[in-house]
Amino acid sequence: MRGHRLLASLIILLSATLLDASDVKISQLLPVDIKLTDQPALQRGARVFMNYCSGCHSLRYLRFDRMAIDLGLVTVNGKPDEQLASNLIFTHAQINDPIKINMPPTEARQWFGTVPPDLSLIARVRSPSWLYTYLKSFYPDSSRPFGSNNVLIPDVAMPNVFAPLAEHTQAGGLSEDEFNGILQDVVTFLVYAGEPSKLVRYRMGVFVIVFLSVFLVVIYLLKKSYWRKVLVAGKKHIPL
Amino acid sequence: MGNLVNWINERFPLLSAWKKHASEYYVPKNLNFFYYFGFLSTAVLINQLVTGLWLTMFYTPSASQAFASIEYIMRDVNYGWLLRYMHSTGASALLIVVYLHMFRALLYGSYKKPRELVWLLGMAMFILILAEAFCGYLLPWGQMSYWGAQVITSLLSAIPYVGDNLVTWVQGDYHVSDATLHRFFALHVIGIPLLLTVLVGLHIVALHQVGSNNPEGIEIRKQLNRDGKPLDGIPFHPYYTIKDLFGLTVFLIGFFAVVFFMPDMHGYFLEPTNFIPADPMVTPDLITPVWYMTPFYSILRAIPDKLTGVIAMGSGVMILIFLPWLDKSPVKSMRYKGYLSRLALALMIVCFITLGYLGTVPVTPVKQIVARICTTVYFLYFILMPVYSRMEAHRTVPDRIMK
Amino acid sequence: MSDNSKDEHPEQLSDDQIDEQRRKFLLVGSGVLGGIGAICALTPLVSSLMPSAKAQAAGAPVQVDLSNIEPGQQVTIEWRGKPVWIIRRTKEMLAHLNEHNEQLRDPLSVVNQQPDYAKNQYRSINPEFLVLVGICTHLGCSPKYTPTANQIGSQWPGGFYCPCHGSTFDMSGRVFKGVPAPINLEVPPYHFIGETVIVIGEEEGTHG
Repeated sequence: MRGHRLLASLIILLSATLLDASDVKISQLLPVDIKLTDQPALQRGARVFMNYCSGCHSLRYLRFDRMAIDLGLVTVNGKPDEQLASNLIFTHAQINDPIKINMPPTEARQWFGTVPPDLSLIARVRSPSWLYTYLKSFYPDSSRPFGSNNVLIPDVAMPNVFAPLAEHTQAGGLSEDEFNGILQDVVTFLVYAGEPSKLVRYRMGVFVIVFLSVFLVVIYLLKKSYWRKVLVAGKKHIPL
Repeated sequence: MGNLVNWINERFPLLSAWKKHASEYYVPKNLNFFYYFGFLSTAVLINQLVTGLWLTMFYTPSASQAFASIEYIMRDVNYGWLLRYMHSTGASALLIVVYLHMFRALLYGSYKKPRELVWLLGMAMFILILAEAFCGYLLPWGQMSYWGAQVITSLLSAIPYVGDNLVTWVQGDYHVSDATLHRFFALHVIGIPLLLTVLVGLHIVALHQVGSNNPEGIEIRKQLNRDGKPLDGIPFHPYYTIKDLFGLTVFLIGFFAVVFFMPDMHGYFLEPTNFIPADPMVTPDLITPVWYMTPFYSILRAIPDKLTGVIAMGSGVMILIFLPWLDKSPVKSMRYKGYLSRLALALMIVCFITLGYLGTVPVTPVKQIVARICTTVYFLYFILMPVYSRMEAHRTVPDRIMK
Repeated sequence: MSDNSKDEHPEQLSDDQIDEQRRKFLLVGSGVLGGIGAICALTPLVSSLMPSAKAQAAGAPVQVDLSNIEPGQQVTIEWRGKPVWIIRRTKEMLAHLNEHNEQLRDPLSVVNQQPDYAKNQYRSINPEFLVLVGICTHLGCSPKYTPTANQIGSQWPGGFYCPCHGSTFDMSGRVFKGVPAPINLEVPPYHFIGETVIVIGEEEGTHG
């Protein structure tokens, strides 16, 4: 009886630790809907990234041709469509080069205080919700060198690159939904860039699990066919 | 094929080994769910060896190139991402099956005489697996890799007189660096796997020498039939080979479900901070080891003194070694032990799991109190065992396995 | 084992025999499935060792501008880590090409060392420009360009000489008899873009 009470109090203590949550912010992140199967969204996101982000932020682990193939920017025989792809290449890179920036690091440090980080894996470090919320969290701040600040990263060195689009939205040129859609597209693209294999691994996984399940049935029946003897022997005390 | 077998058999004890260890190795017929995990441990170890070997073909063990080489594996190498995920999931899977394998021993007294050596060899492997995981985690050279290694190697400085020099010696530099990465790579790829493989062999040979335990704790070799075979035993092959194959298939379904659908396991198997390249100038907000080391890490953090904390953490692992001699119960299996042993084990497991959880989150005053209570209960399970296992009333173990 | 039951039911199969049959069927079934599974498991292991995207990028086709090459001049570029020669043959070289066919091992380029469009006496698309992989087909050294007649010995019609073991090739890269090298120098896949630019490493029409 004492033991039961001890066990129960321990489990209550365990629950207390779970409830003593000290992290706040998670509930403050805005939800975002990421569908990697939406190829048009990936293409739009790539375009947004190349236009608004790739001047400062590299994607050094992603190659242009890989991106072209994965995003459906291909010709009939499945090869990267150089025409389309070159609309996204603003440097002297070849189509099978990684996506790098032209900005020299020394100048970057002078202008921003730091080299803008490579964004290949940003979607694996931060959640998609965080990225989306970050892009929506810029606000005007005249005390900062570029005139803006961010709620999620106070005194961030990055300027508000979407300010023109935001103003356009305010002026009525874009709807609020369209503006959010642009941000969602670029976050979708960054999720892809963080892990291109995500496009294939779910389907492959289904095949593997289905195959193993079929195998499981066969193996289970085989196991039972052998073990039947053990149960029978057990009942009749026949040694094997 | 038969001729080939004969040719080998004239020059190598092939058929006698097969008989001794498989077709005529008699195993209790009542082995249950908890007995799958020995075989599964070997299977996952083989997975780590094969996927690890392949990853070594593409990985570059230098501070400047390690991180990039892993992204190369994930993106440029055909199926590289699959090899990587099988290896990272496999590491966590190995610890899961090993913990369950050890739990079985605690449940059924498999460490007791005459199986103490099996237990000692297993403990050596457990410690080596923790070391292997620790060395392996440095290799991606991410923020968590770097700072986790920095924190844990620095613990050695707690040792009086030699501590600081010891840390420098382990690191090969004045901090975790390229030198550390190279030697951890050598240990992770060759040193420890070689030792582990030898120990697996010894562990199985030692087990076969005395025979497997079972959930009843009955020694089946004490009741033999006219042919000298245990009455309650069945040959390992074909009965347990096919049963283990079934168990393996179930395991693989779960394993590949993780590999293909959630290899990150919400940050527990692949931590988000480790997707940032190592930066000696910037410390992450929260440094934690991977989940399988968090129980012991919690013990370290629960103790306010550096040296005592390190000793407590080490003792948390080492005290398991002494179980065969701490357990004074005349019966092996929890099924026949008294109320106190069952309660003690239940409390210990709850505390161990709680400590594990606490190790993944930042310290708060409430959590610190809980961690200290759990650490105390964890150690009391072992320290008081000679007392409660002897004084409690136990049931009589039958001679034969009832079916 | 099954003898007793057989006596009782001579026409039907005994329980044990049904079990045996079932077990064999299941064993075969699991063997087949296991075999399929093993092949699937081997696929990533084998495929991962093929050239990665990085190697393919490094081995990508190379574009060369031919307009600055003088007649008789040899230019060397790198493709897939190998030296590739482009020689602008003079009219004189072309005229003398078939005067020594009986001295060649494979004058008609029967052995598959060149794409179909180079299976002629010039071993090139445009007779004026010869494109060859500059690796001796004996043991892999890179031969020297020796275009001048009588440059090495009185009968020398012009071509390539490998200093490692003395193999010789003519001005179309065809191997002479009596030397260690067994086959003609390799012609890589290439095609022209316009009059004066070639892309080495790629056939015509494979580009997007």
